[in-house]
Amino acid sequence: MGMTMTQKILAAHAGLKEVAAGQLIEAKLDLCLGNDITSPVAVNEFERCGACHVFDQSRVALVMDHFTPNKDIKAAEQVKRVRGFADKYGVENFFDVGRMGVEHALLPEQGLVGPGDCVIGADSHTCTYGALGAFSTGVGSTDLAAGMATGTAWFKVPSALKIVLTGKFTEYVSGKDVILDLIGRIGVDGALYRSLEFTGPGVKELSIDDRLCIANMAIEAGAKNGIFPVDEVTMAYVNGRFQREPQVFEADPDAVYDEVIEIDLSALRPTVAFPHLPENTRTIDECNGQVKIDQSVIGSCTNGRMEDMRAAAEILKGRKVARGVRCIVIPATQQIWTQCMHEGLFDIFVEAGAVVSTPTCGPCLGGHMGILAAGERAVSTTNRNFVGRMGHVESEVYLSNPYVAAASAVTGYISDPADLEKEGK
Amino acid sequence: MFAQGQVHKYGDNVDTDVIIPARYLNTSKHEELAAHCMEDIDKEFVGRVKQGDILVAEKNFGCGSSREHAPIAIKASGISCVIASTFARIFYRNAINIGLAILECDEAARDIKSGDEVKVDFDTGLIENLTTGKTYQAEPFPPFIQNIIQKGGLLNSIQDRL
Repeated sequence: MGMTMTQKILAAHAGLKEVAAGQLIEAKLDLCLGNDITSPVAVNEFERCGACHVFDQSRVALVMDHFTPNKDIKAAEQVKRVRGFADKYGVENFFDVGRMGVEHALLPEQGLVGPGDCVIGADSHTCTYGALGAFSTGVGSTDLAAGMATGTAWFKVPSALKIVLTGKFTEYVSGKDVILDLIGRIGVDGALYRSLEFTGPGVKELSIDDRLCIANMAIEAGAKNGIFPVDEVTMAYVNGRFQREPQVFEADPDAVYDEVIEIDLSALRPTVAFPHLPENTRTIDECNGQVKIDQSVIGSCTNGRMEDMRAAAEILKGRKVARGVRCIVIPATQQIWTQCMHEGLFDIFVEAGAVVSTPTCGPCLGGHMGILAAGERAVSTTNRNFVGRMGHVESEVYLSNPYVAAASAVTGYISDPADLEKEGK
Repeated sequence: MFAQGQVHKYGDNVDTDVIIPARYLNTSKHEELAAHCMEDIDKEFVGRVKQGDILVAEKNFGCGSSREHAPIAIKASGISCVIASTFARIFYRNAINIGLAILECDEAARDIKSGDEVKVDFDTGLIENLTTGKTYQAEPFPPFIQNIIQKGGLLNSIQDRL
């Protein structure tokens, strides 16, 4: 029986000729990832179980991105613990303030993940690297501890949903709208335990930043992973960047899928997920100008990349953030931050009345750098809008793409960026 | 192995942000996490929960973040077992890996109500509602996972390889 792309990568890493959905396997890992929230638990478990070295000092990445620069004493203690672990065990890829970025923007950028990899990360959005044709999935701290010690992890081989993309985007539509539309259709558990395999002629129309954004939110449909085929766009991105040899896997022509879903990119509209689940989606036309906001957050592992920064700048250029709205822009890595600076985007953001933060996950999970009070509403390019996600349990988060988040910052209401363009500066 | 206790019942899509809000993730101490367990969905939970109680929820329990702090907080609060229609996959793995007993059983998850006294047999997957007298059969774990649980979690199960 034919295998899906995910199944082929898993089979290769388990040393098996073939695998089938439901099979339990043990696979070799190309990289293990942890952050400042999940790593402290993992390093305690690692040392408690008697491990005396990490399986490969170049294949563990510890990224201090969530509550950093340290937001309080407890957070500082957590990072100190992980820093001590990285020094003691010679972890080469330890990313602290000054080198760090939001992990799922940082690892692809630094060439630490690439096509054909099998990656686990103690962060649910580890599924992001599927954009590059890798199998990558989120796990917990104990899995990370075991992965760091043995270089292996156990998996139940997933079945898959095939998502066929056709057409190309119209203006102000991006990768975020593809994944929000899909989650709106199948629900937050619509892909539970399964892979989302993206394919079809529309794939070539998607930039790497769009693909990273789409794969990033596979978890919000409950998926184990999201994955894209490797094409010229992928190779152009990884060449000269990826530190290992890319391994290209393709789904068999007779691979079996639980379901096939078609998405016509040209029919998509900017899409907004209403509180308190990513599946509560509406098109911008269904909510334009109706939802008053207090804050707009543009950043995160979902939408903190260069194209997202340029999209926000395109809208904010020559305009002002509305009175009563705080607009917080967070380039996801030092490299993106520097690029924004060189391109003059910071002038645009600051003149508009937005602030620019150092890279951090910060407000996305209600950590710091933009917490909401009771009754406040934010439009945000992040990935979750659960109860209390960005602050008070009575606050609300609306998820959108960067064009919509920037346009909403200008009007003070969740707004269609096309309307701003019509009105001019 | 058995568990028996009073039920605390919740609905669909209980996410890890409400199980243990991120504002408390600047610690990994079990008792500190337990003190805020379920805080953003049920402020009274911590005051009400007793050692051995059972948590029952409907579909996609534990969705969202990979924070192991969520099953740790539940276990440290005294909960002996979580029964749900379905679990989000990372929560499912984490619960097994840290030794929090979980069972998937849609019928039981929908039927059982807050305050019911429930008994669970982990070896057979039998769930008994002592308040109503109804019984339910949950799928027992495959042997591979039973081995992890029997050895007391994932790290104990890999120790002989280190």
